Amino acid sequence: MKKNFSMKSANNAIKIFFEEYSKTSSFYILAAIVLGFLFGAVLIILTTDAVYAGFRNSFWEGIQVSFRTMGKTLESIFVGAFGEPKRIISAFQNGDPQTIRIAINPFFESLTVSTPYIITALALTLAFRSGFLNIGAEGQVFMGGIAAVWVGFSTHSLPSIIHVPLTTFSGMLAGALWGAFPGWLKAKTGAHEVITGIMMNYIAVLFVDYMASGPLRDPAVFTPQTPPISEHAQFFRFFEPPIRFHIGFFIAIAMVPIVNFFLFKTIWGFELRQAGLNPQGAKNAGMNTTKLTIMSLALSGALAGLAGANEIQGISYFMNSLNFTSGYGRNAISLALIGGLQPVGAMIAALFFGFFTSASKFMSLRAGVPHHIIPVMQATIMFFIATPALIRTIFRVKKASSEETLITKVSI
Amino acid sequence: MEKETNSNNIQSIIFLKNKRLGALFIILALVMVVLFTQNLDAITQTTLNLTHASSSIMTNDLVLNSRQTIIVIAVIIGLAGIYQLIIGFRSKFTLVLGIVFLLFTFGFIVWSVSGSSINITGLLSVMVVRSIPLIIGAMAGILSERSGVVNIAIEGMMLSAAFTASVVASLTNLWVGLLVGILTGGLIAWIHATMCVKYKANNVISGTIINLFAIGITSYFSEKYIQSLDYAYLNNPGFFFPFEIPLFSKIPVIGPVFFNQNIFAYLMYILVIVLNFAIFQTKWGLRLRSVGEHPKAADTLGIKVNRTRTRAVILSGLIAGLGGSFFSIGSIGSFNEQMTAGRGFIALAAMIFGKWNPINAAGGGLLFGFAESISLKLAIFDVAIPSKILAMLPYVITIIVLGGVVGRNIGPAAGGQPYETESK
Repeated sequence: MKKNFSMKSANNAIKIFFEEYSKTSSFYILAAIVLGFLFGAVLIILTTDAVYAGFRNSFWEGIQVSFRTMGKTLESIFVGAFGEPKRIISAFQNGDPQTIRIAINPFFESLTVSTPYIITALALTLAFRSGFLNIGAEGQVFMGGIAAVWVGFSTHSLPSIIHVPLTTFSGMLAGALWGAFPGWLKAKTGAHEVITGIMMNYIAVLFVDYMASGPLRDPAVFTPQTPPISEHAQFFRFFEPPIRFHIGFFIAIAMVPIVNFFLFKTIWGFELRQAGLNPQGAKNAGMNTTKLTIMSLALSGALAGLAGANEIQGISYFMNSLNFTSGYGRNAISLALIGGLQPVGAMIAALFFGFFTSASKFMSLRAGVPHHIIPVMQATIMFFIATPALIRTIFRVKKASSEETLITKVSI
Repeated sequence: MEKETNSNNIQSIIFLKNKRLGALFIILALVMVVLFTQNLDAITQTTLNLTHASSSIMTNDLVLNSRQTIIVIAVIIGLAGIYQLIIGFRSKFTLVLGIVFLLFTFGFIVWSVSGSSINITGLLSVMVVRSIPLIIGAMAGILSERSGVVNIAIEGMMLSAAFTASVVASLTNLWVGLLVGILTGGLIAWIHATMCVKYKANNVISGTIINLFAIGITSYFSEKYIQSLDYAYLNNPGFFFPFEIPLFSKIPVIGPVFFNQNIFAYLMYILVIVLNFAIFQTKWGLRLRSVGEHPKAADTLGIKVNRTRTRAVILSGLIAGLGGSFFSIGSIGSFNEQMTAGRGFIALAAMIFGKWNPINAAGGGLLFGFAESISLKLAIFDVAIPSKILAMLPYVITIIVLGGVVGRNIGPAAGGQPYETESK
């Protein structure tokens, strides 16, 4: 009797918790993530030949094979992102530093891969908050990269303490200028920053291609690429090869509180957010919307440029338009939205995504799942985030009396 | 937000149109005289070949003296600039701008191929081919945006349609492939309509989601199946061949350029004319426009706003599907990952250039098609400008067009605003 009662109250507590939780924006994001992953799983199962073979034998075997396929995919994602536990343990027992480094490499590689995603997700968060979809982040990453390469290799005599920040800042400056231009166009002529931004992306890629195969080409190498940057301009790496984990990760993490402080604790940040929520209101309140437009897209561009410089100084050291392809800007749009337009949320989403991306190569090798599954799932997650009403229907949740999640409220 | 700031800018636009662009023309003329005639002596000639490669009609080659031609063009542009500075072309300005652009490019061609010859009909023929997806995409954009739904998902609709058209055409025949391609566009548009109209999501975000999804899902299936040798037969659809329209194709120069194309070009011509008539001359078009301009008033008069919008967006998707099918079964006969390469967005720029008017947007599409064709053609010649810089041309022109060289073009007033019925 007593037991029954406690069961009931526990049930009630869960019910009450669910009801309360379903009113918060994080519920919608979580639900969207669950649905996105479900969609990805169904897609993987539907495109695996073994599943069909299993169903041809018997229904039960088909189900079993489906689950085994999913298990294999999930396992390969885990191993790809964190490393194989058995191997790590045996490496530590062995004690050979090189073996240990190889065993723990996947984890640090995932952190390294996450770094540019964290920075670009912050860039997009900042732009979204001020009411702009900075779709040009991709081009800004490229411009930041090429500027960093140029400053990085053109001098060799500067000490690291000057050369490293100089290279990084030049990348940020290039990104800021490339980002400010659509902002300026938007403010002055009303050209939509999404379309001009996309055009700027194509121009940036072609420009980098041109620079790497023309004026900045390294004559010593057969393939068209720039010379490597000076050793004094490279980021500090914490371990010996093959671990590429570098200080850029901590720069990215440091950007999270900086962006957070800027957005929520400064007057400029306040003005940007007001302009994002209600442009006309901000204008009526006497804010200079032209300045705000240019500033927000320039700052967003500076962050994207930082991501480009980070890739050059931390990982590749030279620019080659073939290997310097990223999709950082494209992915950052969804990361910022999944992060609920909060800097901390963007960081979590980017870390999550970075680990996933880092594992995707291993996943396509071992489980035969193309890494293009990632954009599909991202799009599905965003689809559900953008349609909270659909989530309410699926999960049978009542509409919250308070404001809808901010994501759908931002005016772009 | 754009609409409110608009009235404040009318003054500056008039100023911009009258002074700055007149000055720009004069600068262009000077650039032509100084740069283009620099390394030309008085007897260098440019040969313009006017015979289409696959046409039976022979036309005499046009031989021009390079230097004189460039100077004549520069003088015309300079005079246009002076006229603009003093009197102003006013409402005809967009037309004059287009003509000046064409003259300038013509001068550029004469300069860059001086001493040898270029096939002009070939260049124009490629222009028409390149402009097919742009113009069809612009028509899709017009239909959707006239109803008040911003549609940047055209890129994604086109990419998905290119994929399904290619696969289905490989399995059956080209016509079934085309049909499935069109329907794919409609299906994706239905998702866009559901998000934008029913769930009132932000139109730009919804479009971005669809574009991302289209890139992901087509690349996923492409890598999983059609790139592997076992399934290579899934990506071998063949393509529609060009055929001549009797009578019309006999017109010199224009005939082979416009009337020796494949089915997509002819469908495009019909589409532009029909859409122009439907939007401006029919009851349906009036309702469509009223829903896009003032949904509340339309609702008061008994027009079902959301239903009209949903239908317009789906129809827009069907058109985008037609344009997308062109990429695979209309031109190269296979599907490549991300083969649309931003054409959906350039189509939107053509739409804005044409002020949401089908005929004018088609002109814009031809302009962008010309930019693409010329950047392709000149890459072959040994021009002073590297091919990668030339390849930027369509994108740069898009920015210049959007940046209001032609004045601030205003879309339908209720574009991008979901409509909430009050009677609930």
